[in-house]
Amino acid sequence: MKSRQARLSLRPILEEKKSREFMFEAKGIEAGYGAIQVLKGIDLEVRKGEIVTLIGANGAGKTTLLSVISGILTPSKGEITFEGENIVKLPPHKIARRGICLIQEGREILSQMTVLENLLIGGFSRLGDDLNDSLDTVFQMFPVLQERKGQLGKTLSGGEQQMLALGRALMAQPKLFMMDEPSLGLAPILVNEVFAKIMELKTADVAILLVEQNARKAFQVADRGYVLEIGKIVLAGSGKELSSNEKVREAYLGGKRAKRQGLQK
Amino acid sequence: MSVYTQGVIALMGVNILMALSVYAIVMADQVSLGNAGFMAIGAYTSAYLSVKLGIPIFPALLIGALAASFIGLLIGVPLLRLSGLYFVMGTFGFGEVVRTFFMVFEPTGGAYGFRGPVGATLPMIYGWVLVLIVLFWLLSRSRLGRSLDALRDDAEVASSIGLNVTLLKLGVFWLGSFTAGIAGGLYAHYMFYIESGNFHILVSAIAILCVILGGMYTFWGALLGGVIFSILPEVLRFMGGWRLSVYGSVLVLMMIFRPSGIISRQMVRNTGEWVGGIFRKASS
Repeated sequence: MKSRQARLSLRPILEEKKSREFMFEAKGIEAGYGAIQVLKGIDLEVRKGEIVTLIGANGAGKTTLLSVISGILTPSKGEITFEGENIVKLPPHKIARRGICLIQEGREILSQMTVLENLLIGGFSRLGDDLNDSLDTVFQMFPVLQERKGQLGKTLSGGEQQMLALGRALMAQPKLFMMDEPSLGLAPILVNEVFAKIMELKTADVAILLVEQNARKAFQVADRGYVLEIGKIVLAGSGKELSSNEKVREAYLGGKRAKRQGLQK
Repeated sequence: MSVYTQGVIALMGVNILMALSVYAIVMADQVSLGNAGFMAIGAYTSAYLSVKLGIPIFPALLIGALAASFIGLLIGVPLLRLSGLYFVMGTFGFGEVVRTFFMVFEPTGGAYGFRGPVGATLPMIYGWVLVLIVLFWLLSRSRLGRSLDALRDDAEVASSIGLNVTLLKLGVFWLGSFTAGIAGGLYAHYMFYIESGNFHILVSAIAILCVILGGMYTFWGALLGGVIFSILPEVLRFMGGWRLSVYGSVLVLMMIFRPSGIISRQMVRNTGEWVGGIFRKASS
């Protein structure tokens, strides 16, 4: 019953935007750790210039999906195409070099290196390119990083570290940003700042896949969204559609606390 | 210079090289307890070449080190799949296998040891030390060095940036085994006589201590550690068998008060700026 519902809400959007090609497509992804299957057939698409959000509770498989896409985890089934090529069997560094950049959960910056070194290493895969232009862009976008460029990564505050993670990703000039809970553990005012920066990152050539628990914020910035529950996509739609959806409101936006019938077995 | 002082200084060079060989692998966030094994391969190979086949010392040393680093690559492929303590145990096992091998391998003397290699002079030993230090210095300033820093900081982040983590690890493992091979060759050609007992696990352990004491985040630390652990035994000679307990105490105190070792990155950075400032003043 729930899958029928998901399909129902998916169809109109698919038809509406058929003209624009998918830059990234995952089909029937199944993956897990050992005997435990976490992802049970995930379909997900991202178009150029789009912010797509993926929300879901703890343990739904959000991070696992990102691990699969970035090549850290090999899926047992399924296909992932990026710009027309299958990337499932590629090692992580090759996927990164194709322009998929993962910003991991918990502001994974290089804590023993300075801010400047962090940024420069971010542009590592662009062999031979002059990184100064990108550096200027990053500093313009995140003035605080310029102020702190000589400091070690670990001495930055939580918000600054998140900015550094974004800035470092920007240095690689990726085509697809994947962010794993950029708002995790940040004060509300900083969360707003981070989301404002994410909006700034969005350009015509760049797509963003945003994994969040903060569904309200995520829907505000996202063009489209997916709801993941226990390894399956149960809902898909535009940000507005999803945030007005009754079930999403109940489960993720703190709406009326009703029993989540139909979402639980 | 007395023969005694000469001996201490020569072994200091060998110790520095051994510490650098450990540091090379530490650059990829791995601790190897098997570098005495690479040292043994370098020592026996070069000694055999120069004594039995009459090959001059320089090519003999080089071939010995290449042999050590080739074995390094061979065992590196399976070993580098391990991490942390498992890697330490794996390399420990390797070191012991090599030592035992040379103890029973008749062509290189077996338990009687191998006699005859000569020709390593102080300038030659320190020439190699200089060459390797320059190499490590260049590495630390290169793109490659920066990517190693990233790998060491966080391997997952490094691969998500687009670094080939496996290749980097294998590369430094090669460099480490090569350096240890050179150290072994020089040791053999200085000592005139080698036996499997010279490449005991303790040799690997002391090399690690050098890096821990000197500083784990810069090759200058390995250099300083090598110097300290060459002079310390001589200074503490009056203590006899109690010497080792001083090593232990020093290590415990270091772990408590300065876990990153004597020389830190920041120190190198500051000194670099200071020296740069002097040059700028002098030139203006």
